[in-house]
Amino acid sequence: MSIGNMLSNDKRGMIEIGAEKKVGWDEVTHGVVLHSFEDDATNVSSRKAEDRNYAKFSSYVATVASWRVVKPVYNRDICIDCQNCWVYCPDTSIISRDKQMLGIDYDHCKGCGVCVEVCPTNPKSLLMFAELHNLEDAIASWPEKKKKEEN
Amino acid sequence: MAITSTKNLKEFSTANDRFEGAHLLCPGCAHSMIVRELMNCTDDNLVIATNTGCLEVSTAVYPYTSWDTSWIHIGFENAATAAAGAEAMYKARKRKGTLKNPDAPVKFVAFGGDGSTYDIGFQWLSGAVERGHDFTYICLDNENYANTGGQRSSSTPIGANTTTAPAGRVSYGKKENKKDMMAIMAANGASYVAQVAPNKWKNMAQAFQKALATEGPCYINAISACTTEWKFDSKDTIHVSDLATDSLVFPLYEIIDGHELNITYRPKNVIPVRDYLAAQGRFRHLFKPENEHVLIEWQKRVDANWERLQRREEARV
Ligand SMILES: Cc1ncc(C[n+]2csc(CCOP(=O)(O)OP(=O)(O)O)c2C)c(N)n1
Ligand code: SF4
Ligand code: SF4
Ligand code: SF4
Ligand SMILES: [Mg+2]
Repeated sequence: MSIGNMLSNDKRGMIEIGAEKKVGWDEVTHGVVLHSFEDDATNVSSRKAEDRNYAKFSSYVATVASWRVVKPVYNRDICIDCQNCWVYCPDTSIISRDKQMLGIDYDHCKGCGVCVEVCPTNPKSLLMFAELHNLEDAIASWPEKKKKEEN
Repeated sequence: MAITSTKNLKEFSTANDRFEGAHLLCPGCAHSMIVRELMNCTDDNLVIATNTGCLEVSTAVYPYTSWDTSWIHIGFENAATAAAGAEAMYKARKRKGTLKNPDAPVKFVAFGGDGSTYDIGFQWLSGAVERGHDFTYICLDNENYANTGGQRSSSTPIGANTTTAPAGRVSYGKKENKKDMMAIMAANGASYVAQVAPNKWKNMAQAFQKALATEGPCYINAISACTTEWKFDSKDTIHVSDLATDSLVFPLYEIIDGHELNITYRPKNVIPVRDYLAAQGRFRHLFKPENEHVLIEWQKRVDANWERLQRREEARV
C-alpha cells in the first residue's frame, strides 16, 4: 500500500461515526465517543444523579460491590450530618441530599474504610463490618460512647 | 451559573457529583478524592484531558466512562497538549462564530501523574504554559509511576524504596531529592501555582476555584497519597495526608504571577518528619540504625524549605 493510500484510508479523528464524507478539524462533532447520558448533557452539574438519564456507558450503571470484604454500616441516630464522609469518599458512595447524609451506595462502595476514619462522632456513626454481616445486627451491636481517656 | 459554595462542608455537599463511582482505582485512592473535588467545586462545563496513568486507565475501561464531562484520553506525555489544543480550537471557533453554544462557560483542565508531569510530559507542559493557554494543569503527585508498579520518578523523595531504586543491603533507596515543580512552573510563567492536599478540602477547593477563574496557565501540585505504593492501609489515606501537611513535608502554598508567594496553611502543631515517614512501608528501612542519617537529613531539608518559603512570603519578590 502506498503512503498516499494509507493516509487516505486513515480515518482517525476525521469521520463522524455514521457520516459518509470526510470533514475538517473545525467540522468534527465527535470521533469515537462514549456518551455518559442518553439525553444531552447540558446543565448536568445542576441535576442530581436520580434526575439524570445515564447511558449504558456510564460507570454509574456498573457495580464494584464484589470488591468488598468489609463494608461500612451507617447509624443515623448518632450522625451530625457534618459531611466529612461525603467529601473524602473516593468512590462517590456517600449519598447526601440537602445537607443530610442519607446512607451508603453499596453498588459503588469498595469498603476502603476512609469514611469511618474521618467520622468525628463518639461513638462513630459509621463502622466497618464483615460484608455478610446483617445490617440490623450491626446496628444492634453498636458500641457505647467512649470516655475521654479511652480515646 | 453560580459557583458551588465552598463556604462550609454542608453547603459544599449539595454539589452534584460529576465523577461517577465504579471506576477501578484502588480502594482509598486519593486520585479520585482530588478529581471529585475539582469537578464539584465548579458548575462550569469542563473539558478535561487525562494522560495515561492510574487515573486514566481506571476511569475509562471500555465500555465504561466515569466522566460526566467532556473528557479526552491521550498518550502519556500529552495531557497539557490536549488541553491546550482544545482550548485553542475553542477560542478559534468562538472568534469565527461557529460554536453551537458560545455563551456556555467552559474551563479546560489537564490531569497528569507525577511520572508524566515531572518527567515524561515535562517539555510539553512547559511549552503549553509558555504559550499562555488558558487552562489548569493538575498533577496527581503520588511520587512514583504507580500504574506500572511503582518505579521512581523525579518526584520520588530521598530514601523511598521503589522498584527501580530499591532499598537493601547496599542502598537506602532513592538517593536524589524531589524536584521542585512549584518553583519550576512559577519560573515557567504560570499565572497561578498552588500545592494542595485532599485532607485540607477547603484549601484545595479554594485553590481549584482560583485556578479556574485565573486567565492563563495555572499549575496545581496535588499530593495524592497512594495506598498501594506508599504501603499503608486503605482507610488511612486522609491520616497519612494529615501527617504530610502537618510535618511540613508538603507545605501548602501558592505563587501568583511567579512572585507573590502565600503560605495557605500553617499547622498549629508541627509534627516531626519521622512520624510521617513511619506511617508508610516505603520508608520502613529508614528506621534501621544505619539509616538514621537519612532521617536527620530529611528533617533538615524540610526545616530549610519551610524557612525559605516563609522568607519568600515576607519578601514579596
Ligand atoms: C510513552 C509511554 N511510556 C511509558 C508508558 C507506560 N506507562 C503507562 S502508565 C505509566 C506510569 C504512570 O505514572 P504517573 O504518571 O506517575 O501516574 P500514576 O499512575 O502514578 O498516577 C507508565 C510508565 C506509556 N503508556 N507511554
Ligand atoms: S468505605 Fe470507602 S468507598 Fe465505601 S463509602 Fe466509605 S469511604 Fe466510600
Ligand atoms: S462523617 Fe459521620 S457524622 Fe459526619 S455525616 Fe458522615 S456519618 Fe454523619
Ligand atoms: S496504585 Fe496508587 S495511585 Fe494507582 S489506583 Fe492504586 S492507590 Fe491510586
Ligand atoms: Mg505517579
